[in-house]
Amino acid sequence: MQNPFFNRGFQRKRPAPTGHVLPPGQYETQDFPVLSAGPTPRIATAKWSFALDGLVETPQKWNWAEFNALPHQDLTVDIHCVTQWSKFGTTWQGVSLDTLLALAGPKQEARYVMAHCYGGYTTNLPLADLTGGKAFIGLLYDGKPLAPEHGGPARLVVPHLYFWKSAKWIQRLELLADDAPGFWERAGYSMYGDPWKEQRYRDDDEDQAAAGL
Amino acid sequence: MSALQWQLATVTALRPETPRVKTFVLHLPYWTPHRAGQHYTVRLTAPDGYQAQRSYSVASPPEQTSQIELTVELIEEGEVSGYLFEGVTVGDQLEVRGPIGGYFVWEATPLAGPLLLVAGGSGVVPLMAMLRHRHRSGIHNATVLLYSVRTPDDVIFYEELARMAAADATFTLLLTYTRHSPANWSGYQRRIDAAMLAEAVKLAGSSPQCFICGPTSLVETAASSLQAQGIPPVSIRTERFGPSGT
Repeated sequence: MQNPFFNRGFQRKRPAPTGHVLPPGQYETQDFPVLSAGPTPRIATAKWSFALDGLVETPQKWNWAEFNALPHQDLTVDIHCVTQWSKFGTTWQGVSLDTLLALAGPKQEARYVMAHCYGGYTTNLPLADLTGGKAFIGLLYDGKPLAPEHGGPARLVVPHLYFWKSAKWIQRLELLADDAPGFWERAGYSMYGDPWKEQRYRDDDEDQAAAGL
Repeated sequence: MSALQWQLATVTALRPETPRVKTFVLHLPYWTPHRAGQHYTVRLTAPDGYQAQRSYSVASPPEQTSQIELTVELIEEGEVSGYLFEGVTVGDQLEVRGPIGGYFVWEATPLAGPLLLVAGGSGVVPLMAMLRHRHRSGIHNATVLLYSVRTPDDVIFYEELARMAAADATFTLLLTYTRHSPANWSGYQRRIDAAMLAEAVKLAGSSPQCFICGPTSLVETAASSLQAQGIPPVSIRTERFGPSGT
């Protein structure tokens, strides 16, 4: 749809990012802004554990040493926050969800995942968005242990969706048959959060469904 | 029309608040009551179709119908705030959508318990919406605003806050100046710390609902120190913005 309205005298001020494409409505930042709804949980790695359960053949639970013994990957990804910033070329080291899911064995009826976090945060994703190299549990950011305010010791990273789906302080992934809203989703944010379709809020999902997109 | 459709607002007034902060009063053709603490997104479009959008907290209370006030800080090199400051005058139109955000919100109800608001710089804006909402509702729950600014010139809404505090014994305004303070100032002159927060909690009374808004370092300090003082994490809501840290 053509938008006939424009702001007189307004023009691009930030240079267009080179070699990268910004999703609609996003701008590039060099910083790594912090957003969270409450206090930052401080989780000692000695007390940390991570579980993969729900609709799986073999529920899994790892402590910090066990989890770090799993094969790690180096990843360089672009991230897009619903608050309009995007950051290109972030470098991570972590464990692929493919590795974890292969150990647990999702049951046939598993279609969705609820991410549960230290501090009580939750977010929902389709299982298909965590497979095929699309998601990992990030442990190192920029070569260093992930800082608590950025979700350390470990955070889910799903770079192709808005970054609130990349749950900080991850504690457990629960495989489910049906979709259910997580924390921000219950507050009116998109159930899916595709930055390229600009699915910021639940209304965006509905508008796009109505338009047959 | 749903709340989140883009609509064309008209700027009906501009109010400089500090040298770097301006309030834009916007008349909305499709106004819906917001909750104190929510924000709107402003979208600018260039003649060539280039667009940029940013979110700004609403400063006005929901009792102020048919319009919203967005109080905006000029960010260095800010693409959107720069245009709003330089290029927008009364009568101009701006595309907006909202209200957005359902968590960093406060409702003035007759049963509202103690409220502790902690702000750094322009982080006071969503908290001001809560204070104005509380004031217009006429409720008198114990309320404290602990507000950190660099210099006297940087206090947004100073006169209104001082008036509220003078007229309402249940509202306490605690200012702290981190760079320099007014002459004869006997209050705080340092960054927000645990001791300051302990005094604010004491003034608010037992188990306050806490809202913290400001730069990341301030929010981190305040949130963890309130937790250390025994306030449960569910009672502490945070919002961070502005020039971002790493």
